[in-house]
Amino acid sequence: MAQFRVCPDSGFYFDKSAESLMKANAVAGAVSLLIAGILGLGVILTRWQGVHLLPADTFYQVLTGHGINALIFWIIFFEMAILYFASSTLLRTRIAAPRWAWAGFALMIIGMVMNNIAVLQGNSSVMMTSYAPMQAAPHFYLGLILFAVGALIGCFVFLGTLVIARDDRTYEGSIPLVTFGALTACIIAIFTIACGAIILVPTFLWSIGYIGHIDAAMYRVIWWGLGHSSQQINVAAHVSVWYLIIGVLFNARPMSEKVSRSAFLLYILFLQLASAHHILVDPGISSEWKVFNTSYAMYLAVLASMIHGLTIPGSMEVAQRAKGYTKGMFEWLRKAPWDNPVFSGFFFALIIFGFIGGITGVVMGTEQINIIIHNTIYVPAHFHATVAVGTTLTFMALTYLLIPVLFRRALFLPWMAKWQPYVFSAGMTLMILFQLGAGTLGVSRRHWDMDFTGAMLSFEYPGTAYTLMAVAGVGGVLGVLGGAMYLIVTVGSLLFGKKLDESAGLFQGFGVPLAPSSYNVSQPERLPMAPKLAVEEHGSGGFEAPGTFALAMALLVCFVVYYFINWDYLASVWPLS
Amino acid sequence: MSSFLPPSERVWWNTPIGKQEIVWIGVALVWCLIMFLMMPYWHIYGKQNLSNEAYQTTPARFQAKVDEMVTQHKVGDISGIPVVKPPAGSDVYMLGRLWQWYPIIELEKGQSYRLHLSSMDWNHGFSLQPVNINLQIVPGYEMVLTVTPDQAGEFTVVCNEFCGIGHHLMLGKIFVKEN
Amino acid sequence: MSQEDDLPRPERIPFFQRVLENPFLLLFIGIVMPTVFYVLWGVMEVATIPVAP
Repeated sequence: MAQFRVCPDSGFYFDKSAESLMKANAVAGAVSLLIAGILGLGVILTRWQGVHLLPADTFYQVLTGHGINALIFWIIFFEMAILYFASSTLLRTRIAAPRWAWAGFALMIIGMVMNNIAVLQGNSSVMMTSYAPMQAAPHFYLGLILFAVGALIGCFVFLGTLVIARDDRTYEGSIPLVTFGALTACIIAIFTIACGAIILVPTFLWSIGYIGHIDAAMYRVIWWGLGHSSQQINVAAHVSVWYLIIGVLFNARPMSEKVSRSAFLLYILFLQLASAHHILVDPGISSEWKVFNTSYAMYLAVLASMIHGLTIPGSMEVAQRAKGYTKGMFEWLRKAPWDNPVFSGFFFALIIFGFIGGITGVVMGTEQINIIIHNTIYVPAHFHATVAVGTTLTFMALTYLLIPVLFRRALFLPWMAKWQPYVFSAGMTLMILFQLGAGTLGVSRRHWDMDFTGAMLSFEYPGTAYTLMAVAGVGGVLGVLGGAMYLIVTVGSLLFGKKLDESAGLFQGFGVPLAPSSYNVSQPERLPMAPKLAVEEHGSGGFEAPGTFALAMALLVCFVVYYFINWDYLASVWPLS
Repeated sequence: MSSFLPPSERVWWNTPIGKQEIVWIGVALVWCLIMFLMMPYWHIYGKQNLSNEAYQTTPARFQAKVDEMVTQHKVGDISGIPVVKPPAGSDVYMLGRLWQWYPIIELEKGQSYRLHLSSMDWNHGFSLQPVNINLQIVPGYEMVLTVTPDQAGEFTVVCNEFCGIGHHLMLGKIFVKEN
Repeated sequence: MSQEDDLPRPERIPFFQRVLENPFLLLFIGIVMPTVFYVLWGVMEVATIPVAP
């Protein structure tokens, strides 16, 4: 028989096996983030040409480890925890096949350790992308394969848990929106892992000599089905977490279930096509393929993101207005709990993801504009806005919620937790904006020495590029500091945080009380449908979230202006045909 | 709270959508279509498009083409690397290998050339600076594009795809002369 | 809400909502779409690059 506990602060039910799995995956994720962060410091201090910390071989080794730990291990471990939470906890059901889930977790750990050892040994400095025919040690690929198999098992456990919940009728009506978003992430993950298997298994066989040749162009196309889609798992996952956070903090309900779910459907259909962003200046692939795929089939997945960008803050605004924060356009936002890192982390992630990550992503994913951006440092700047802020900061914010709710601990050093999203966002934003600038000046990514010391020929980037990279370096260091603050709070809370037994009124500290509920209910009651609204909010003739609409229009204006600036810049380079 | 609870209606699909969302979806959709149409538009009216002309090749075959061009049109050398001045409008071959772009090319401003690029070993990145044209150079494939330099001066090809420990040593040159 | 809500439900749920409530159908289309348009079409593109003259 499954055993459940109720969190008295949130009212969430935790199946005992699922709870341990969530904890284990979240902790493994944090360990990966620790490794990624330390290595990231090495990267940024080397790219800051005035400091130029590491020698070339160590730099490329560190960069490889940073990429894989941050972009694969940290996020996917954490996403496994989210999948188990969104299925078992949110649906009040026992988790399917916990033994399989543990086996998957064990494979992921083995894979992660194996891959890190390969990189540490120094003969696998091939970057995260490991483009054939550059070859890494066999256990580099094998580690990734085992990790992927483990994650695949986790995805099936999630699907199985949905089936159990439906068959046991543990909830009324349809699955909650957050669970639906997690399902979207799970579907994208399964496609991602399938691409990974198609390309990494032959590459592994090639590395041990069973296969003679891996076609370099074919490798790139299929590998990016893995490499880019893995980051699309994040988008679906962190958007779901945003919906969760506004629900927990503000009792917000989606403005429209139909609109939000349809937007997730657009993700399921089209988001993964954007793997083509990396293939836009590759030889021999037709423009038809490039245009169709890079635009997610007419930008329908961008449309989905723009919809979420409106409905998430919009739902929050509606909830805040209902509480009486109705003055002017933005009282609902000014009076938000800015001291609560769950909120500030979520909100900064949303803004930076949308305004910087989203816009730069679409611009550089435009077929022709990619010519002036491909492989410059503009690219890492973009994905630090999407992954390192959008996803990572969202997961950090969620952690501050999970420490009391899942781990039943009070936050260690709450003042540090309070400032952490500010420090991290400020640092990363600084780094991102200045790297975007340097990329526009042509500074290369994955490059040890922008002075080209020792080259037979010589080249000098403009002086501005050095300044931009130096400021980016300062931002990066600040970002690493923000990451360290997160880990100090998290690890500190798990080790030294006060244990919470009864409802601790924990969120009052940040100004947001959560509804207490009874403790130690052994059998969860069926999850009810959300209460119907007392007043019908739609059809009033007006806009229910005018502040959000203004923000959305501001986003659109930035988007349009920046988009055409880049076309203009493209028009100034040598004619090509 | 309903974001993590089942929707309050069993049939939520028929719940009307708020005006604000409808307006935003309309605006966003129009913008998405504009962005989509910009790419074909630029193929017709823009001057910077890749031809996507490419061939499967081998390092040896591509090297032979490069060598042939070098013997025919060599005009000097810099640091031991031949400088080649192919006639306007002709096929120009440049290869990337660990860790060099070969040979050095001299072009005339305003003339068009068919530039062929390939790699002898690993992936390389053709990054023409300070113009900022960036292309992926993949071993086994010969990429062809027509370039028309519209500025005179000295231009550098930086490798911007990681290609091992000497990646930062990998530079090439293209000189564009006024005619 | 009308009283008809209390009638047997399955056939009354709109088609699109039924699609969105079927995780395995979503999984299927979520795999098929990118596999066909990105992977298969992309592999065809690479495979049909002609051999250099």
